[in-house]
Amino acid sequence: MAQRPPSSDLVTSEMPEENDPGTAVVTSNSVSNPGLEPEHQRVTDLDPREEKKAERRIALFFTLSIVGSLIAAVAYVVFPIIPGDMRSVRLNNMFVGLGLAVGLLGVGIGAVNWAKSLMHGHELVEERHPTRGDEETRKTAVEMFSQANKESGFTRRSLVRNTLVGALIATPIPAVVLFRDLAPAKDPIALMKQTMWAEGVRLAKDPSGVPIKASEVTIGSAFHVVPEGLMELEKHRLEEKAKAAVLLMRLPVDELNESAERASWSYQGIVAYSKICTHVGCPVALYEQQTHHLLCPCHQSEFDVANECEVIFGPAARPLPQLPITIDAEGYLVAQSDFTEPVGPSFWEREL
Amino acid sequence: MTNTLDNTATEPGRGMRFTGWAANYVDERTSASTAVKTLGRKIFPDHWSFMLGEVALYSFVVLLISGTFLTFFYDPSMTEVEYDGSYLPLKGIEMSVAYHTALDISFDVRGGLLMRQVHHWSALLFVAAIGLHMLRVFFTGAFRKPRELNWIVGFLLFVLAMALGFTGYSLPDDLLSGNGLRIIDGMIKAFPVVGVWMSYLFFGDEFPGVDVIQRLYVLHIMLLPAILIATLAIHMVLLIVNKHTQFAGPGRTNDNVVGSPVLPVFAAKAGGFFFLVFGVIMLIASLFTINPIWNYGPYDPSPVSAGTQPDWYIGFADGALRLIPPGWEFVAFGYTWPMNILVPTVVLIVLLVSVALYPFFEAWVTGDKREHHIADRPRNAPTRTGIGAAGVTFYAVLWAAASSDLIATHFGLSIEGVITTLQVLFFVSPVAAYIITKRTCLALQRKDREIALHGYESGRIVRLPGGEYIEVHEQLSDYERWKLLDYTEYQPLTVRPNNQGKITVGTRLRASMSRWFFEDRVEPIGAKELEDSRH
Repeated sequence: MAQRPPSSDLVTSEMPEENDPGTAVVTSNSVSNPGLEPEHQRVTDLDPREEKKAERRIALFFTLSIVGSLIAAVAYVVFPIIPGDMRSVRLNNMFVGLGLAVGLLGVGIGAVNWAKSLMHGHELVEERHPTRGDEETRKTAVEMFSQANKESGFTRRSLVRNTLVGALIATPIPAVVLFRDLAPAKDPIALMKQTMWAEGVRLAKDPSGVPIKASEVTIGSAFHVVPEGLMELEKHRLEEKAKAAVLLMRLPVDELNESAERASWSYQGIVAYSKICTHVGCPVALYEQQTHHLLCPCHQSEFDVANECEVIFGPAARPLPQLPITIDAEGYLVAQSDFTEPVGPSFWEREL
Repeated sequence: MTNTLDNTATEPGRGMRFTGWAANYVDERTSASTAVKTLGRKIFPDHWSFMLGEVALYSFVVLLISGTFLTFFYDPSMTEVEYDGSYLPLKGIEMSVAYHTALDISFDVRGGLLMRQVHHWSALLFVAAIGLHMLRVFFTGAFRKPRELNWIVGFLLFVLAMALGFTGYSLPDDLLSGNGLRIIDGMIKAFPVVGVWMSYLFFGDEFPGVDVIQRLYVLHIMLLPAILIATLAIHMVLLIVNKHTQFAGPGRTNDNVVGSPVLPVFAAKAGGFFFLVFGVIMLIASLFTINPIWNYGPYDPSPVSAGTQPDWYIGFADGALRLIPPGWEFVAFGYTWPMNILVPTVVLIVLLVSVALYPFFEAWVTGDKREHHIADRPRNAPTRTGIGAAGVTFYAVLWAAASSDLIATHFGLSIEGVITTLQVLFFVSPVAAYIITKRTCLALQRKDREIALHGYESGRIVRLPGGEYIEVHEQLSDYERWKLLDYTEYQPLTVRPNNQGKITVGTRLRASMSRWFFEDRVEPIGAKELEDSRH
């Protein structure tokens, strides 16, 4: 194998070889390269009949391609989409697609076949040269730079150069402020700490917006809940929903373990918890009635409703915030207040 | 150059005369002949694994073609409208214009669904092909000098491809992609100090806001593709400058390239291969549905479907999030530190950065400053191959974790059991993969050595006159044997003082790394040994 000795680069060439801590390379490999193998003859090189056959085969693929492309164009017309008919969409998709696929594959198979069986098949050899420029080119390049340096005084006039560097660093500064108006002027942190829930706001079904009476909530049932009036919002409906979505469940009272301070937050075993996962904010949508566990389908955090939604498995770190509820004079479930902590994923200023 | 051009003179026909005139016209205005002279008979070596990068390149072209078609019909506005298209189950439902137009492309534009599916399938193929191409380059050591910089450029292409994939995934504004954005929002918010503000500015309001789809659209169809195309151009130019690597073989040396010339063979094969890639994508798109956004409904922060999955290449990030045990969060100095997000984010960044920097690490360990143009067989670099296998396994564990719920439901396991198993595998399997792979490589090297010296077992048993039975060994030809012999040997560094007479910590570290890399090795066969074996 024609191995070149380790090429000296700029650094090592200035340093005596023996002072370099050394390379791990051993270059002794004395078995010699046997050189190129004798050429392999293809059947098309040897037999003119085979050559003719190959020619016809390739032309057939190209013809097939033409047919495929035409079929695609015809299918576009023959298989129209009939509004409301899924089958027509599927047929249009399939036949236009198959026609195009035949059109493309025909060209591909034909061209590769041509290259492999008919084109001159010898292996050719090209020499490599070291990637770095030859000494003369490198010298010229260095000279050009020093010439440019001399003519401009880039290193000599340090005042000019340094102020230029400073100016270039300063130019992107306006970009930082220019992007401020990507979002409105309001402070996001205050927004993140409040939701639509407030004293007396009724709990309504998602998505119908119908308020829920305590008597409707039987033991074992679960409701997807939004604040009454959310569905009628003209602006910020999704933003409010992304914070205010709640799950309502009723457990047998004796299975509910409530701390003293939260004893008044539930109503006859009916509890309401934020539906927004405290991990990264997916809706915690799966309720297992028998175990009273809530499961987030995104990253499988599990919360135990019987124990104030504490995390029993998965990457979430905090329990789901509880919405304090009671009933109003007409028997509808209402919130006692907003959540007592920010809902959803954690953020830097959460405890401030 | 041993390239020869056929100089048989042909009498110019009418077609030839026109071609000649046109070529002259172009050349007199562009100097195109220079380019043809430099590139026309450039040699490309042949090996199936060299196709992987081509697959990536061609699926990118398919992405550009199909994506352009989609832009003619898609509108990224998040304004709420009532659906009035031809898909009956969603009639009358409130949704964003973006989702509406994505549905229209699927149900009201002929061939629209096809183009959407072509676009999505080719995106999946694009990232997959880049990944496999990187593995090929890694395991054959094709990242070594002079190609380290092109490895970095390629790495950037990989990251850009994932970014393009994710921004595109969000554009239909359906329930699934909306939940994906929600996860991203949660991750951004976890960032210390700037998280909330970054999310607020990115979404233009509280999540989800009414701007984000439009912003992602600009990134997806302009900014990111422009950067990707520029990076791709650098990748290609460096490929031409450095020339392609080749595997060891008879007549192949570190100082030559053996293969087919661009004109005509390589051009025909590569051009044909573009059509093959496009054709296969088209075939898949016409037969298999992908991302049926009409089943998910418009984005709404409250519902979610079980078994949600990101596109495959984001899986490793999603899986990393899932592997964190409960309770990883603390409050310090009045600020919240969500370690359950920050730790996986850091792990992913470390993983990606180590991939990017590996060539420089190996160059430092080997101290090898030569250019390398002969691709290693993976077995001939056992430690590197082991490291690669460990990395692949690590990625695979994260990736599997992204499907933890599906694994649990499909195999009737508990989700807790699956996650706990993967948490153990997270630490154990890369180590196991490293050890097994390295030992396997060394064993294969020994087998190669045996075959090169003594030939392979022919299965022919011969009884000698004395009654002894032997199996006849078939010898390799010189050409076949050379493939087994041609590889570089390294020996571990010894610690030596530098020219100030000191042994630095760096030198010690380097020596111990070098021992780790090269302590266990099978030496290539020398000429004498080969000669001896023949008697």
